[in-house]
Amino acid sequence: MTELTATPIDAATAPTGGRRLSTRTQTYLYACLIIVAAIVVVPLLTTAFGGFRTIGDLRGNAFGIPKEWIWSNYGDILFSQRYWLQMGNSLLIAVLTVFLTLLFASMAAFTFAHVKFFGSDFLLNYFLVGLMFPAATAILPLFIRIRDLGLLDTYWGVVLPQVAFGLGMSILLFRNYFRNLPTELFDAAFVDGAGYFRFFWHISLPLSRPIIATVGIISFVGSWNSYILPLIMLNSESKYPWPLGIMVYKGEFATDWQLILAFITLTILPTVIVFFAAQKHIIAGLTAGAVK
Amino acid sequence: MSQITTASGVSARPFSFLGLGRRRRSQMRGKWPVLVLFLPPALLLFTVFVILPMGEAAWYSFFNWNGYGLPTQWIGWKNYELVFKQSAFRNALVNNGLIILISICIQVPLAMWLATMVTRNIKGATFFRLIFFLPYVLADVAAGLIWRFVYDGEFGLVANIARAFGQTPPFWLADKQVAFYAVLAVIVWKYFGFHMMLFIAGLQSLDKSVLEAADIDGATGWQKFYRVTLPLLGSTVRLSIFFAVVGSLQLFDMIMPLTGGGPSNSTQTLVTFLFSFGVMRMQVGFGSAVGVILFIICVTLAFSYKRVFMKND
Repeated sequence: MTELTATPIDAATAPTGGRRLSTRTQTYLYACLIIVAAIVVVPLLTTAFGGFRTIGDLRGNAFGIPKEWIWSNYGDILFSQRYWLQMGNSLLIAVLTVFLTLLFASMAAFTFAHVKFFGSDFLLNYFLVGLMFPAATAILPLFIRIRDLGLLDTYWGVVLPQVAFGLGMSILLFRNYFRNLPTELFDAAFVDGAGYFRFFWHISLPLSRPIIATVGIISFVGSWNSYILPLIMLNSESKYPWPLGIMVYKGEFATDWQLILAFITLTILPTVIVFFAAQKHIIAGLTAGAVK
Repeated sequence: MSQITTASGVSARPFSFLGLGRRRRSQMRGKWPVLVLFLPPALLLFTVFVILPMGEAAWYSFFNWNGYGLPTQWIGWKNYELVFKQSAFRNALVNNGLIILISICIQVPLAMWLATMVTRNIKGATFFRLIFFLPYVLADVAAGLIWRFVYDGEFGLVANIARAFGQTPPFWLADKQVAFYAVLAVIVWKYFGFHMMLFIAGLQSLDKSVLEAADIDGATGWQKFYRVTLPLLGSTVRLSIFFAVVGSLQLFDMIMPLTGGGPSNSTQTLVTFLFSFGVMRMQVGFGSAVGVILFIICVTLAFSYKRVFMKND
């Protein structure tokens, strides 16, 4: 586990060799791939199209082209305050989480990579304990702690635990990356009389863009999609990030599926767009922690 | 930065030939300021929000406490007894086990099979990889709601298909015999793309010459896969199962929009059980006991799995 580094797998686009395939093999391959792709895509597309329907249309014709395009399902949501408020809340929480995770993890990882001090191995393993269990195990004491600190129903009540639980993986990724930078850099800075702070700020960080991107993507996606922490820490609807907001919306409109589908579509749309725009980075980032 | 590297590019060499190797670390002066400034923020945050709560969970689990005032009513192991007596808890354990089983029997083979297909020399392979990975990027809550719609017995896709064949639409998520199988299908749908990426990475790191040697020896496609590729992918298989186990033990977000743990607790997982019986009822002692059990399961599995199956990786 400690030797885990962020070797990005270029699984999205890496060219793959092999000889040319016979037409029969190709037909078989395409048939299989298209069936699996359909199972993935049909629920998503019917959700998006469902947002344009009337409820009656949904009942009898969920797969076809909408008989009548009801633009107001989407329009009402796009012109509503709650949609933008929830997106804004999610964005704010995610940005704060990413910023603090990058800052604290890179600083701590730097000391583990470059400073010899008594107990450094112990402390690193201490952080790695956090990799072994999910936040949910200690969710009740965490709730009580946040309440006693007066952070209940604030963004910080969500951000700080998220940062804390992301530290283990982030410190590990940063530390391994820092350690793999050429030793000569350190020697050079040492000879030139640069201190640790200059070395960190002017050499380590500028050379670490790939790992900053990786850790940033992991913590952004985690925070953007997170549900259980905000569910427990936030009370006022005006502070809800979108995964909570969408559940409230579902509760309000119970079986008005056409509206719920439109709402789902609009909330996942940013994710889908960003994913297709930056697929290579996102796939490499999200699988980085997994592959040695 | 360039100033430092160019100015000392020469002088750096004499230090590295001292024979201490690449891993040698020189020490700068003044390490205390950096330790005092760089370590405490992470250490404090981690201790306050990760380690202390875990320790407190162990402590609270011996009390009957609703979270207000101080815990005073010590009841020993009673909370643990109560947890194990709950049939919902046993359901949760069985369900978590089922998720792991499904992932070994269906998800891993499926992911491996797809990985071997999308690394072939065909047009559009990249496109298919993207599509297969897409569900993994979506939030669990959104995926759960989408499938709540798919399974809806009145307006959903399943209902539409059933009506097209003249059948009465089933309410799978409301049927406690079927609900969890429906949930399992969603789990595979959501996560197979991630596992496929692991296998693609595994396949790409294979030594191509071994496969070429098999080609020259006249191995058929199936023989090549079964005798060469599969044994070499062992570490990826173990990694993939490891992630399935970890994922199963934290599964919560997707269950809530799908079933909320119902009907009659047939789709509870350990975390949804903790939520519905500990958090919703503010039974801090009881919920903490569940948390401790979950913690012990996680740590035991992590250690034993690493020791037994991944020791060579």
